Amino acid sequence: MKMFLNSIIADPERVSRLIDIAQSSLQPLLKGAILYTIPLTLITFVCGLILAVLTALARISSVKPLQIIARIYVSAIRGTPLLVQLFIIFYGLPTIGVVIDPFPSAVIGFSLNVGAYASEIIRAAILSIPKGQWEAGYSIGMSYPQTLKRIILPQASRVSLPPLSNTFISLVKDTSLAAMILVTEMFRRAQEIAATNYEFLLLYLEVALIYWVICFILSIIQGRLEKRMDRFVS
Amino acid sequence: MISIKGLHKRFDQLEVLKGIDLEVEKGKVVVVIGPSGSGKTTLLRCLNVLETPTSGSIGIEDQSLDFSSSVSKKAVPPFRRLTGMVFQSYNLFPHMTALENVMEGPITVKKESKEAVRKKAEQLLTKVGLGDKLDYYPFQLSGGQQQRVGIARALAMEPKVMLFDEPTSALDPELVGEVLKVMKDLANEGMTMIVVTHEMRFAREAADEVIFMDGGFIVERGKPEDIFTSPKEERTKQFLRLIQ
Repeated sequence: MKMFLNSIIADPERVSRLIDIAQSSLQPLLKGAILYTIPLTLITFVCGLILAVLTALARISSVKPLQIIARIYVSAIRGTPLLVQLFIIFYGLPTIGVVIDPFPSAVIGFSLNVGAYASEIIRAAILSIPKGQWEAGYSIGMSYPQTLKRIILPQASRVSLPPLSNTFISLVKDTSLAAMILVTEMFRRAQEIAATNYEFLLLYLEVALIYWVICFILSIIQGRLEKRMDRFVS
Repeated sequence: MISIKGLHKRFDQLEVLKGIDLEVEKGKVVVVIGPSGSGKTTLLRCLNVLETPTSGSIGIEDQSLDFSSSVSKKAVPPFRRLTGMVFQSYNLFPHMTALENVMEGPITVKKESKEAVRKKAEQLLTKVGLGDKLDYYPFQLSGGQQQRVGIARALAMEPKVMLFDEPTSALDPELVGEVLKVMKDLANEGMTMIVVTHEMRFAREAADEVIFMDGGFIVERGKPEDIFTSPKEERTKQFLRLIQ
């Protein structure tokens, strides 16, 4: 590492300074990841998925008002920038007296976002399950919720795993936007550290690398999960 | 035992059942034959309420549903449990093993204890000749084996009537026999059955009565030997000529 840096940077003092900063900043950055980035991702993904399943069910239900509400929700979230949504929640709502702390603001914003995008994935996955599966469930006396829970969703989850993993991995990176609403997650910490020592390139590369490692691990887990879920199809 | 009165089913402009009246006694095997589009599958699906009839009534044992007025959603699942359905395309649950497929209904719907259900399911699968395939997933089974799991799954709910919707039509010829054998065994045990099929040999050998449907009506009904050797209606004669 030192030799590599020495070859592109002539000043040996600068090199050891960079290495020092990289090393000393690693701990606060990882702390930001462990305390904020990862919990924020996990909490929002779970909330977002629940919201997504409900939205998908509303969209395929025969109740017109439910369909319309779900459509408007998905359209509004997909049609506006995530950053603008976060600003509305954190900076906008206080002007009408609704003050929400940074972290819960981020949870709300990201959950709404994941809910809208994932609902389309889940809706498509549910519709991809043959009608005969519903009928088989009904024919042994199961109700709609029983058939949905026991027969349809387990199969739909297999279909939706790859696209949902995509959503999840995007979410990990999107949480960096929470820096803009004062959540001291990993990227905000990198900004703060860089503001004191002006080593922007170093800090941002370092933080990028950590995101990459997290996403790499996640894609390995995704591969394992897919293999597990594929056990019942040839 | 089964009493169908004035059953009509309309899909938008298309009237598929134009007034079906049918009584079936307990323990009888009724085979329904007829050209495609005659309404025989729809009749079977109405009995299982997979299709909601437009009007008319269906009674099974002491329960009945009258479709001339609107039927409450709550009344349908208990009524469905009186009949077991076997589908042309098996419709096994692909994410469950053969054993789990058979156990699903009793556990989820009837809330029976897992151990008791497992025992019953093993017995049923053994009965249909699959005692050695309990832990196989559907994709690991042949069509004939899958269909036999389908029969065991329906039987696990202890229905009063078994409905078979062209159970062998999707099978390779050499696999038809094993499914028909299971069905014959069931018939011999006294199960009330309504079978939609193109297997005329099964109709001859196992049916107490054959019903010929065409154009949404029951055109002719009678003992299999009568229908097959001396049909009265011209349309029945035509149909039998075509398939023989």
